[in-house]
Amino acid sequence: MTVQTTPDHTRWDSLAQEVIAPLAAQIDQDARVPQQVIMALRQAGAFASGFPGGPATDQAEALSASLDHGQMHQALGAASASVQGVLNVHHMGGSALAKWSSKAQRSQWMPRVLSGEICCAIAMTEPEVGSDISAVQTQARPVSGGYELTGQKAWITCGDFADLFVLIAKTEAGPTAFLLPKQTKGLRIAPIEGLLGCRGYMMANLHLEAAYLPEDHLLGRPGFGASHVAVTGLEAGRLNLAWGCVGLADAACTLALRRAKTRQQFGKPIGDFQLVQQMLARMATDIHAARLMCQSAATARALRQMDAAKQATMAKYFASQMVGRVTRDAQQIFGAEGIGPNTPMALFHRDSRIMEVIEGTTQVLESMIARLSLSEVHLS
Amino acid sequence: MTDTKTNPQGAIAAFMTRSFDGAKIEPDQDIFEAGYGNSMFAMQLVAFVESHFGLDIEAEDLEIDNFRSINRVAALVARKQAMAAA
Ligand SMILES: Cc1cc2nc3c(=O)[nH]c(=O)nc-3n(C[C@H](O)[C@H](O)[C@H](O)COP(=O)(O)OP(=O)(O)OC[C@H]3O[C@@H](n4cnc5c(N)ncnc54)[C@H](O)[C@@H]3O)c2cc1C
Repeated sequence: MTVQTTPDHTRWDSLAQEVIAPLAAQIDQDARVPQQVIMALRQAGAFASGFPGGPATDQAEALSASLDHGQMHQALGAASASVQGVLNVHHMGGSALAKWSSKAQRSQWMPRVLSGEICCAIAMTEPEVGSDISAVQTQARPVSGGYELTGQKAWITCGDFADLFVLIAKTEAGPTAFLLPKQTKGLRIAPIEGLLGCRGYMMANLHLEAAYLPEDHLLGRPGFGASHVAVTGLEAGRLNLAWGCVGLADAACTLALRRAKTRQQFGKPIGDFQLVQQMLARMATDIHAARLMCQSAATARALRQMDAAKQATMAKYFASQMVGRVTRDAQQIFGAEGIGPNTPMALFHRDSRIMEVIEGTTQVLESMIARLSLSEVHLS
Repeated sequence: MTDTKTNPQGAIAAFMTRSFDGAKIEPDQDIFEAGYGNSMFAMQLVAFVESHFGLDIEAEDLEIDNFRSINRVAALVARKQAMAAA
């Protein structure tokens, strides 16, 4: 497989390493992404990354844009998993909006979504509804001119930051997607503090008490909220997150390699010990495999291949576990220095623990990949 | 993709048969009533129509009737192709 990357994808590395990485510890401590980072991302066009081009976009352009988008998430993942998460949910909510909006909705919202003036998020999970999003309990009751929403959304990334939520609620037709602006009357945002990792996700629970949304805030059609709208967001998010995991793992591995060359014990660098080399070999191979899966899935997505969703699912499934293995080994190579307070290794390790839970847990993705694989084999 | 123009029904039938473990689907058979569609199939069908016929399924196409049978999907494809050509 030949993989082309755009010539200037290194701009994401520069932005991530020069502007974001120096603030990673502060983002973790404050549990907030500072405005200067958001401004820099806006200026670099990060909020528009990964959105479909116009109808004229040819395959080469689509491929280049898709790989560039992946490079961005990889670079952000290496600098701060929290910042990667903000751009991830923006792209998840924004992709669902771009795909399933009416023409009028598109022109009303998309320019500000692409500029980053509006940050999107996606609200599916509820206290009693996690992996099975088709069972959402938040009610959307038809009222004159629109809907009235009542219920609770839980664990929403950027719940305490986003301007616009793509929210899934129940109507008579089944799960249905809505556009919920932050200022909506009847919406109360309750920030969540003390997360294990990815503290800069600015998480919140959303409480809806008879929140009124006009008819034109319905996204897609009633009954298609989980099967189509949410899935569009999740498919985008799985690939973004897989790239983010590759970046995070690569950052941890790079530090571990440096440490292996410089830390001396028993009169030689610890990288000379075969058992340390075993960890280094596992890490390098794991990261390489995950990166190739991401590149392949990004290519399939750009070329609209039928297996694009399966590839993204497999990439996320593999990369989210890979980053756990890599950060654990990297931390081990650092010894006490990897455990101590305020060390990058400890942050990498805490952040990596989130990845197997979001955008489909490892077990849910296993079941999806197995079912898709089974459906590809016919006995007759 | 030689059958895209000449035999969309055939391509859709082949996709559904593949998706439903080799089951033979009649052109007007209601796949949802027959219990074939599952949660993953909905977006797979969208991905198939988009990638095979080079079309975009949009919000206004989200009517369950458009996806109920081989003939209904073929009719949706024909409508969208006619609109794209216009
Ligand atoms: C940091 C963070 C950010 C998040 N951001 C968002 C967000 O922006 N928007 C949003 O809507 N949600 C968000 N979530 C919620 C997240 O999507 C859910 O946590 C996830 O879908 C799993 O749901 P759950 O936690 O309720 O676990 P459950 O669904 O209750 O699962 C618990 C356990 O059971 C297993 N399990 C469940 N079903 C099956 C099955 N069919 N087969 C095998 N095993 C199964 C799971 O794998 C898991 O191990 C976030 C969560 C976290 C931690």
